[in-house]
Amino acid sequence: MTIADDLARLEEIVRKLEADDVELDAALKLFEEGVARLRSARDQLGSAELKVQQVLEQAGDLRVTDLDG
Amino acid sequence: MAVSPQLSLISPTDEAMSVSQFNAAVKRMVQGQIPALWLRGEVVGLKPHPKGHWYFSLRDGEAQVRCAMWRTYTQRAGKPPKDGTEVFVLARADFYEAKGEFQLSITRMLPTAGVGAAQRELERVREALQRDGLFDPARKRRLPELACTIAVVTSLAGAALHDITTVVKKRWPCCRLLVIDARVQGEGAVEALVAALRLVNRLTGVDLCIVGRGGGAREDLAAFNAEAVCRALAAVRVPTISAVGHETDISLTDLVADYRAPTPSAAAEAAVADRLEVRRQLDDLAARLAGGLGGRTRLAAERLGRTADRLHAAVEDTVRRERTRLERLAAQLDALSPLRILDRGYAVPVGPEGHVLKRRDDFPPGAPFTLRVADGTVPARVEPAP
Repeated sequence: MTIADDLARLEEIVRKLEADDVELDAALKLFEEGVARLRSARDQLGSAELKVQQVLEQAGDLRVTDLDG
Repeated sequence: MAVSPQLSLISPTDEAMSVSQFNAAVKRMVQGQIPALWLRGEVVGLKPHPKGHWYFSLRDGEAQVRCAMWRTYTQRAGKPPKDGTEVFVLARADFYEAKGEFQLSITRMLPTAGVGAAQRELERVREALQRDGLFDPARKRRLPELACTIAVVTSLAGAALHDITTVVKKRWPCCRLLVIDARVQGEGAVEALVAALRLVNRLTGVDLCIVGRGGGAREDLAAFNAEAVCRALAAVRVPTISAVGHETDISLTDLVADYRAPTPSAAAEAAVADRLEVRRQLDDLAARLAGGLGGRTRLAAERLGRTADRLHAAVEDTVRRERTRLERLAAQLDALSPLRILDRGYAVPVGPEGHVLKRRDDFPPGAPFTLRVADGTVPARVEPAP
């Protein structure tokens, strides 16, 4: 799950919640998911360290190795 | 030491300069007075030195000048030109002290015929790509708002990768750079770039592709004008950014890419979001999330309240369960900082026993109570009955 996915889903949840035609039960579920997405996005934003990797092709196969950032 | 005409007027025994002093002074003058410039002329008498330097003269119909080109520069110039070849040279005036000779120090040499041919090839490729619609603005894709995985096609040995990494690390560290090493200049650069760009299409989960290199001489950027490289770039399945050389350099890949960045650093800026901005966006979403549910639960709570009054006691259990769930969620809502309702200017009236006053009946005339506001409490009293 990337932060982009989390943000896109959050936008969608908020839009649904802001429209008044959601059943309470559905609204509660959406809210719970929203809180989880929010936490996931904030965690990713806070803890991330840039990953720099090199892609190599060997005999037709791709291999990824870490580079010093 | 400056050479001055007064030298001849003073006593030679005291004031005579040595030849080396004089030549050193002349060298400083020569080097300081004439800026580097391009000259056009014919090469004659070129002698490659075993160490890789070239010595030759440059001439036109009426004049000639001695030239030296050091190994660092001859390596990039390719094979030594034959006598009589017309060339452009980038020259700096110099003075060879050991022999007292004026000469030019050459840093670049381009055969004039080659320059013409390169220009014609550039025009041919530009026209071919134009005809095939590769520069069409309608082809340009939008860059993703939040790129999480970025393919970077450049030389591991070059400065571009460092520039890109530095900017991305600062702005958007929750990101992955997949570097595909490719020669970006000299022999084999076109093939290497084409292979690297094709490889991008075999990677999964890539949001964006940056192709580029740092600054260099114009002929060093030539691979980014190659037709094969441009076509391979156009075939990349994700949005592309081209960043070649300095701001003033424009290559054909710049025109083919979805976005042209003036430098590799600028490419990185365009590629990734700013972490602080995204954090603000998240705060805003958190507030709207809380507000959205707040509205829904208020409505539902009112309806539940009305239902409870009318229904049999058996139903009340269900209602209580729902209420507990609502209260739990309300607590979660409260934990989201934007929901601190008091900060938005609301106040809560609290009776002497500490319970919240909610109805008209809770406010008998003259009764004292406390208003809880964002930063504390305010004593208050209901107006006495008229």
